[in-house]
Amino acid sequence: MIVAKGKPLEEIIEAVKDCDSILVAGCNECVTVCEAGGSKEVGILASALRLYFLNQGKKTQVGEITLQRQCDREYLIQARESVESYQMVISMACGVGCQFMAEEFANKPVQPGVNTMFMGGALERGVWSERCQGCGSCLLARTGGICPVARCAKRVLNGPCGGSSNGKCEISKDVDCAWQLIVNRLKALGRMDDYEQIIPLKDWSSDRAGGPRKVVKEEVRQ
Amino acid sequence: MNTKTPSKLEKVLAAGHQAVTSECGPPRGSDAQVILHKAEMIKNHVDAINITDNQTSVTRLCSLASCIHLKLAGVEPILQMVTRDRNRIAMQSDILGAASFDIHNMLCLTGDHQSFGDCAQGQNVHDLDSMQLIQMVRHMRDEGKFLGGDEIKRPPKIFVGAAENPFADPFEIRVPRLAKKIAAGVEFIQTQCIFNLDKFELWMRMAGDRGLLDQVYILAGLTPLKTAGMAKYMKNRVPGMDVPDEVIKRISGVPKDQQADEGIKICVESIQRLKEFPGVKGFHIMAIEWEEKVPEIVEKAGLYPRPKVD
Repeated sequence: MIVAKGKPLEEIIEAVKDCDSILVAGCNECVTVCEAGGSKEVGILASALRLYFLNQGKKTQVGEITLQRQCDREYLIQARESVESYQMVISMACGVGCQFMAEEFANKPVQPGVNTMFMGGALERGVWSERCQGCGSCLLARTGGICPVARCAKRVLNGPCGGSSNGKCEISKDVDCAWQLIVNRLKALGRMDDYEQIIPLKDWSSDRAGGPRKVVKEEVRQ
Repeated sequence: MNTKTPSKLEKVLAAGHQAVTSECGPPRGSDAQVILHKAEMIKNHVDAINITDNQTSVTRLCSLASCIHLKLAGVEPILQMVTRDRNRIAMQSDILGAASFDIHNMLCLTGDHQSFGDCAQGQNVHDLDSMQLIQMVRHMRDEGKFLGGDEIKRPPKIFVGAAENPFADPFEIRVPRLAKKIAAGVEFIQTQCIFNLDKFELWMRMAGDRGLLDQVYILAGLTPLKTAGMAKYMKNRVPGMDVPDEVIKRISGVPKDQQADEGIKICVESIQRLKEFPGVKGFHIMAIEWEEKVPEIVEKAGLYPRPKVD
């Protein structure tokens, strides 16, 4: 899933403090699972804003809505009436949902309520960890199912670098060395011979480097 | 004598001499005299001098310009290049820049993470890694071609080196990793600072057992310790550094004003022991901001005078 993290309240207040009415819009997908922008977090932010405006002596209206998916026009269209009745939207969806919201409602200011972090999963309740950077040409078959692009601080494709120490990365003792994990995994799979195969220069043209990307599947296109 | 480049370092090694290299860090400013002064102190005692590339990610005068200053002063430079700061266009371009000044040695490195330096909020590039950089330089030199396939007019003639850290984790891949770098085309290795000689020798024996020592020149990396504090700092704070307790005990066991001398002594003894170890083809002396001690170390270790090669 896409993992996000709520923006500091002060930053959000700074952006919306002069508004007369605000709609806090959550998303029922990834940001709900990672507890950053689902209906629960929408309620918390909306309450905090109401309290702020009350303390300021302002009568700003703060509404709440949570869409099934903000990255899907079908659901955005259904929310049109609510969105149009507020002066501004705080999108609690990821950067994708926030942009789809802005594209759908061209005249409506949209303020992000979260910082979108990465594609990852939960290690335990309340802890999410990065797994993929969407480079567009997956290497996992060569690296025992552990991604050096997403999980090595230097995205070293033939690692580890000299900074690997006791299984940890040189940047922090809290960060696993991806190449230690890869070596452990190759060993467990009996594939250590593969370690010595040099991974060639990567074609980054399918990555961010190649410019904004698009996937078209002709057989399902309408 | 079979050499592939005009590199003086390659010639010294190919002639069967134990080579001596050292390194100088460029200044945090544009005064070339700083680097020239450091080089002047050591140039008669070493075969070539590495110029570090924004080491520990702290912005400095660039390695390439520093190497050019050395070259123009008649000193043999080893251009260090990290993959952190440049993409493949910039690297190929800088390699040609170095070649245009007849700089004939390169050390291919990944580089420390930028979070250690003065631009911790900067982006890192890592378009390729050190292994792929080795391949790229060899391709440019041996095929005379750019990565894109076009012909290079007057290709670089560069003797290709890399670093290896026999002490980094996981230990079981330290030798396979050396094999991988050799397969990528590396011709000489300068190792991480060696304080744990037993572990280094174990690594060398394992490399020898795989027949790797006939395929690459290994230069053992040595750093003289200045103080007990430095020894402890290196042990505890520098990733991938192995400083055994007995080394710390030895340098801590002498009065503070004699610790520097003890550090030099440890360094010299290490070189003397490793000189006899099969497969050690030379020494890389990293006297960090202590370059003036390099001549003394080289002389005491019996590595002076340096051989003359054409």
